[in-house]
Amino acid sequence: MTAAVLFENVSRHFGAVKAVDAVDLEIAAGEFFAMLGPSGSGKTTCLRLMAGFEQPTGGHIEIFGETAEGVPPYRRSVNTVFQDYALFPHLSILDNVAYGLMVKGVGKDERRKAAEDALAMVKLPGYGQRRPGQLSGGQRQRVALARALVNKPKVLLLDEPLGALDLKLREQMQEELKSLQKSLGITFVFVTHDQGEALSMADRIAVFNDGKIQQLGTPEDIYKRPQTRFVADFVGSSNVLSSAICARLGVPAKAASLRPEAIAIGTSWAEQLSLPGTVTARSFLGATNRVSVDCNGEKIIVASPAAMPVPEIGADVQLAFSRNDLHLMEEA
Amino acid sequence: MRSDRSTTAPLGLKIAAIGGLAFLHIPILLIFLYAFTTEEKSYQFPPPGLTLQWFAVTWNRPDVWAALTLSVKVATIATAIALVLGTLCAAAVSQTRFFGRETISLLVILPIALPGIITGIALRSAFSMADIPFSFWTIVLGHATFCIVVVYNNAVARFRRVSGSLIEASMDLGADGFQTFRHIILPNIGTALLAGGMLAFALSFDEVIVTTFTGGQQSTLPIWMLEELIRPRQRPVTNVVAMVVMLVTFLPILAAYYLTRDGDQIAGAGK
Amino acid sequence: MSALATPAAIMPNRPGLTGRISDFLWKHPHVLLVILLGPPVLWLGIIYLGSLFALLLQSFFSIDDFSGLISYEFTLSTYKQLLSDANFDIIVRTITMAAVVTIFSALIAFPIAYYAARYAKGKWKAVFYLGIMLPLWSSYLVKIYAWKLILAKEGILTWAFTKLHLLWLLDGWLSLPIIGGNSLSVSYTGTFLVFVYVWMPFMILPIQAALERVPGNLIEASSDLGGTPQQTFRHVLFPLALPGIVAGSIFTFSLTLGDYIIPQIVGSSRLFIGQAVYAQQGTAGNIPLAAAFTVVPIVIMGLYLWMAKRMGAFDAL
Repeated sequence: MTAAVLFENVSRHFGAVKAVDAVDLEIAAGEFFAMLGPSGSGKTTCLRLMAGFEQPTGGHIEIFGETAEGVPPYRRSVNTVFQDYALFPHLSILDNVAYGLMVKGVGKDERRKAAEDALAMVKLPGYGQRRPGQLSGGQRQRVALARALVNKPKVLLLDEPLGALDLKLREQMQEELKSLQKSLGITFVFVTHDQGEALSMADRIAVFNDGKIQQLGTPEDIYKRPQTRFVADFVGSSNVLSSAICARLGVPAKAASLRPEAIAIGTSWAEQLSLPGTVTARSFLGATNRVSVDCNGEKIIVASPAAMPVPEIGADVQLAFSRNDLHLMEEA
Repeated sequence: MRSDRSTTAPLGLKIAAIGGLAFLHIPILLIFLYAFTTEEKSYQFPPPGLTLQWFAVTWNRPDVWAALTLSVKVATIATAIALVLGTLCAAAVSQTRFFGRETISLLVILPIALPGIITGIALRSAFSMADIPFSFWTIVLGHATFCIVVVYNNAVARFRRVSGSLIEASMDLGADGFQTFRHIILPNIGTALLAGGMLAFALSFDEVIVTTFTGGQQSTLPIWMLEELIRPRQRPVTNVVAMVVMLVTFLPILAAYYLTRDGDQIAGAGK
Repeated sequence: MSALATPAAIMPNRPGLTGRISDFLWKHPHVLLVILLGPPVLWLGIIYLGSLFALLLQSFFSIDDFSGLISYEFTLSTYKQLLSDANFDIIVRTITMAAVVTIFSALIAFPIAYYAARYAKGKWKAVFYLGIMLPLWSSYLVKIYAWKLILAKEGILTWAFTKLHLLWLLDGWLSLPIIGGNSLSVSYTGTFLVFVYVWMPFMILPIQAALERVPGNLIEASSDLGGTPQQTFRHVLFPLALPGIVAGSIFTFSLTLGDYIIPQIVGSSRLFIGQAVYAQQGTAGNIPLAAAFTVVPIVIMGLYLWMAKRMGAFDAL
């Protein structure tokens, strides 16, 4: 099966700045794909390369098996939901949604019908006559979604789709986007800096840093088995144990990652590994207590369930965890 | 309450602000009063009597009509040229990133930032060096040059608001460059261009300094006024013309204000 | 494959001329830039800058004393002539006037700008805005004409002073050396008043813009910390408004520097730079000296703008 989006050794350099640097990427058709990373990591440039707003300075891009370099955005069956929604302020909601069909020459009645259907799909039926300025942020986002989907794109790109919404709305939209993607079967590619969003929505995640993909895998892979220190830090703040500590544990490795919630404070079981340390700080986070423990000068964070007793600052403790939770890393 | 204290101004400030505004407006009100005075030979205040007869006299003056027609013609053509050049310049500066944009902004602003006499004398000596006879077109040439900045400023401000993502969104949805210009760019900058055009018209209609250098025998309305100011011959007619000029420049300014104000409200709501 | 039933991922080239042009311009954005920038840059570059440089060039030529024709040989003698006592007086007089006009404009403009920025709300905001914009944009000559009416011996000012039994004050003022004269309309005082009236509106908007960026709670914070209104003004408000004042002063200073019509209509017979330029190129026919005179405001404004930029005044424009 042809890939929905294929990057072969793609670079986008702005002068000396390597926004995207020799990236290989294959997104399968019908996939919900996330590009995760801090700002300036190259994820948004990748999205713009797919949309056609940027051209690669090197490499090759295919969309459903067809070459995409040199093809302007208006000839790609790829549509975008912009971060600031970019609704046309001088057009009604209905005309906004029907815009793509209008410029393709679809008749007036037909495109209005299609636009109304699209608005109904994003749960905004009857909003067609309003202006973008009269809608709330969440509603505007749905309109942007309808405006893109009405064109039946082969790939839908979403640039920080939920960034501007408040927490409650964001959670609701996450579910809606996911079910929409499942029912339409369109390839969704979205960019986010929020690891929670990426983990909960995507089928697969590419973690970006410095214009390169650090790791590509399922959410579980990325979360539990970070391959680089950057991924361990950025996705849910894993502890990274140095080679010295690894050696003390009897695990020869350059470095290893260990999730805070995989560690228990107290005596270890026979088959578990353990490390002695001193408590240096603690804070209550609701469901868990966050405890900082100093082990030979290295700080290890423990997420201890709230029901467990919390040791005092300065107390000497034993950290216990299973060998299976310790993931060896290639780089230090 | 502290917050209450900031909603009412101190008395001294109020007096100074209102006094300042009065200083700006009383002379203008006087122009309206003098258009009706019966006094012919001096600027006597208070006017000994009021009359409407000078409006009829002015109406029948061919020299006033000729000057007015010339001014309107010059302003119309200069505005048209400024609209094209100013919009092109604004589009280039705001839609693309290129090395010389600061230089371009400076170049556009220079004709109005330097004193008018410099623009005027520079054009005049260039015309005579190139053996171009002074005519209607030399006046237009000078006016268009300093009107570009007014259109440019209005258009740049609006282009900035028609954010890059609107244009990208249009292209993303399948519109090519021409469709994007027609359906997205033009409707969004239209009122700004209209406002810029109105102000350019007002600027040209009123211009005297550059015109004295670039005009030949023709006299625009401001040139006619200037001659009357230096050697008053027909005070009552000048009074009426002054009032008419005042009114003619007020209208485009008010129109420009309402045009851009509405635009701002749309943008404000869109935020 | 279901992919075959749905439209292709990449659509074919647009048919027709506009489609082809659009594709071409998209692929070559530099061509588009040249098309956009070409006409205005050619216009301003050739017509305007060309004329300006041609003029400045002429300041390095001189006029032949016998024939009265321009001799096209490089010389600095015109600049020597520019710095002769009589001409130097003109320059000093003009700069002094521009400076005094700028200071008084700032004094009158500040309260208006402050009130408009901080206290005028809703409808009053619009009233203030139009109240500033209308005089600013209304006809320059008509404004001067209005002051001719006001300053005339038989005009409203003399009438008002008479009614208030203050005529002695006006006469006393006019009898002062330098700033006085036979009547207000032929004195420096008259010239000054008209300059302030005509250019002061250009000072209001930049100050207002600068003040509007001062958060209201800064002023409350200052009075909360025990600052008297005077101290608040001196240490908080004024420094924050200063870039706006400097930005406004660029206009009032530059416009006064180059004006030749106001001192010609209202004022004494002593010349300002603008009048000197006008006289040199017109009746005297000495284009090189006129050109050298125009260099003075250009140089002064160049220095002024450089200083203003260092003070951050351009952010307030």
